[in-house]
Amino acid sequence: MTIRAKILAAATAAFLMGTAFPATAVTLRYANQGDLKSLDPYTLNETTTNAHLGHVYEGLTKRGRDLSVEPGLAEKWEVSSDGLTWRFFLRKGVKFHNGNPFTADDVVFSANRVRAEGSNFQTRVPSDAEFVKVDDYTVDVKLKRPNPILNYQWDTWYIMDKEWSEANNAAAPTPAAATSPSYSSLNANGTGPFKIESHQPGVKTVFKKNPDWWGKAEHNLDEIVFTPIKSDATRVAALLSGEVDVIEPVPLQDIQRVNSSPNAQVLTGPELRTIFLGFDQTRDELLYSNVKGKNPFKDAKVREAFFKAIDIETIKSRVMRGMSTPSALMIAPELFTYAKDFQRPKYDPDAAKKLLAEAGYPNGLEVGMDCPNDRYVNDEAICQAVVGMLARAGVKVNLLAQPKAQYFGKVLKSGNYQTSFYLLGWTPGTFDSHNVLFDIEGCRDNPNSSRGESNLGNYCNKKHDELSDKILVENDKAKRDQMIKEAFQITTSEYGYIPLHQQSLAWGISKKVKLSQRADNSVLLYWAHKE
Amino acid sequence: MLAFIIRRFFQAIGVLFAVGIIAFSMFRFAGDPVNQIVSIDTPAAQREEVRRSLGLNDPVPIQFTRYLASAAHGNFGVSYQFRQPVSDLLAERMPATLELAFCATVFAVVFGILMGVYSGLKRDSVLTKLFQTLSLIGISLPTFLIGILLIYLFAVTLGWLPSYGRGDTIQIGWWSTGFFTSSGLLALIMPSITLGLFQMTLIMRIVRAEMLEVLRTDYIKFARARGLTTRSIHFGHALKNTLIPVITIVGLQLGSVIAFSIITETVFQWPGMGLLFVQAVQNVDIPIMAAYLMLVALIFVLINLAVDILYTIVDPRLRSTIRQATT
Repeated sequence: MTIRAKILAAATAAFLMGTAFPATAVTLRYANQGDLKSLDPYTLNETTTNAHLGHVYEGLTKRGRDLSVEPGLAEKWEVSSDGLTWRFFLRKGVKFHNGNPFTADDVVFSANRVRAEGSNFQTRVPSDAEFVKVDDYTVDVKLKRPNPILNYQWDTWYIMDKEWSEANNAAAPTPAAATSPSYSSLNANGTGPFKIESHQPGVKTVFKKNPDWWGKAEHNLDEIVFTPIKSDATRVAALLSGEVDVIEPVPLQDIQRVNSSPNAQVLTGPELRTIFLGFDQTRDELLYSNVKGKNPFKDAKVREAFFKAIDIETIKSRVMRGMSTPSALMIAPELFTYAKDFQRPKYDPDAAKKLLAEAGYPNGLEVGMDCPNDRYVNDEAICQAVVGMLARAGVKVNLLAQPKAQYFGKVLKSGNYQTSFYLLGWTPGTFDSHNVLFDIEGCRDNPNSSRGESNLGNYCNKKHDELSDKILVENDKAKRDQMIKEAFQITTSEYGYIPLHQQSLAWGISKKVKLSQRADNSVLLYWAHKE
Repeated sequence: MLAFIIRRFFQAIGVLFAVGIIAFSMFRFAGDPVNQIVSIDTPAAQREEVRRSLGLNDPVPIQFTRYLASAAHGNFGVSYQFRQPVSDLLAERMPATLELAFCATVFAVVFGILMGVYSGLKRDSVLTKLFQTLSLIGISLPTFLIGILLIYLFAVTLGWLPSYGRGDTIQIGWWSTGFFTSSGLLALIMPSITLGLFQMTLIMRIVRAEMLEVLRTDYIKFARARGLTTRSIHFGHALKNTLIPVITIVGLQLGSVIAFSIITETVFQWPGMGLLFVQAVQNVDIPIMAAYLMLVALIFVLINLAVDILYTIVDPRLRSTIRQATT
């Protein structure tokens, strides 16, 4: 062998060895209809963003595959007998991606940052809670009043590195009105199982496995490539052609086709979000109705008539193609122990007509309805179905279906709750009933409290609110659940809302991939296995 | 000539100003940006704070003046969604759009002229009938449908071409290009065809009509009589004289190709400015919408200017018109 040939052989061998690793490296490609807009974990509180960042950042707690609260960066915690002091014992030997050790200072820093102006996660930590560093691996949280669900949302309150944030001028959260680009919105330094390799907002984000992660990996991936694909048809095509391994969501009309393809399938399951209808019960005269001088929705009989006029099974089979779970409550049954004790009133159009006549509308009435058309699964089609069903009971509904930007601008508080009858969806951020009782069902009468801010029609019952105040500070779970049940009974007996259904999750996955689906629609690829 | 360009420059400023005013008066109807910036369970007090800090409570004329003042300093604001300067985002996305527009135009011009000349010369051949059927399809099918059909044929069924994105790109300075990687070139094929199909049919039809017209003129008959070769008559004399309307169309359509690549970019998830704009509209990202609209207006103005100058090069008769107009 000549020298030249030897060199060539050696170079070839070196090249082959060099390429040996990429050949076996497992890359999972994932496409979502939404973007990963900012890497700053305190900028936008939204499920998809939180799930993305959950690969990189971690909270003191985690939520498991069944959504149960598990230890995360805190190994364990204790609550004092008066419920006012929580002591968190932090995991030792955890390092941020830049090599900095994780300590109590980072927790105290993150607690201040998450509550600072500009953070969208201020409600994660009570504003009057005091964080005290006991030693490097112990933190006490001192509360002004007991809070049994203090750490329920801490799985998405991600802990940041104090030193890194301060060194990069990112000690304050990236505010919505940022006038200069913020370092933390383009760079990340967490403790999680994946690192951000590159991030082009709206184009592509590459996650690389973190070999120094403290936990035991439950995936076999080396790399995740995330691409937002906005167009439904293109997203499905990319899955079917094998260019991506996981997509979310699959549009309802494509589920059949994906399932019948040889290389992909759809994972489905009920989502935690409840879709419901609400009424304006506060104005003396409705904004959009032919009834003048009074508000028909103040009469529980009218609300009951509307409820009974809606045939939820037809909505399920026709509009949702079987992909929904009719709901009797304003919270998903997975999140409340006694949910099975509640039943939907039966569909009964004759009773609805009779009730309307009893309430003084024998010839029916006319009302305007607001509906988003790009927010929930088939939202506009649901509203159209409701319009048709109510017409049979003698109610003429004038539907205004708009894109979410316009819809929310009109019906939320910022738009002065300009609606008479509307469709909305809600997932309690805490995965706990109190959030629903407070935000959706609470009275809006105190302008200094945020109670009922998402109660667009101001359904109000003082007894219900008293119960919800007690529920907030009750530490005994059995007693607490009993009170929650009572509160929900008040709302359902008065037909305060019309819960419709939980929509279905629909994730498209390649047959090469195994993945756990979590009911909050978080696509967590640190549980993914790919052949 | 210089005076002509200077006058056009002032016209351009007027156009941009008008576009800005129209855009800003429309943004009120796009919805409330604050709802897109924060989550739905955000307390109202926090929303109010965001609204105030973005200056959204001020009357529209004040918002517009403030925008103009900072735009004059080269600052087009910070995107509500991405928290990055709009100028950076547009600069990052522009290469993708320009490369796509370039390929689409080259495709349209090359195939349009070839097919046009052929069908002009051989009016009764089978191929001509096929071209005309194709052009009818190209002109009547909506862009997104063509895109989706191509995806299903070439990406899903045959698996030859990628269904989305730009493939691998190479960074040359601030310009990211897909011209030097095989996946980048493959990714260009379907979007370019989708975007350029309409222009191609247009060019083909114009070239065909012009060819038929020119071939009947006296100087062509005279050239034949002189015994010139058919090739030199067709391509040296006839084709050259059909090019004025082609330049007009290509020039004006180039602006549309860039501005209306929105649909093609959405279908193919092409990471260009059009996709950025669509996302901005859905999220009421006013800084991006404003900057994009102004930029598109500027592109149109510049292209019109370039076309006017090109005319004078191709057709010497027009030079005097411009000279007269400027005096």
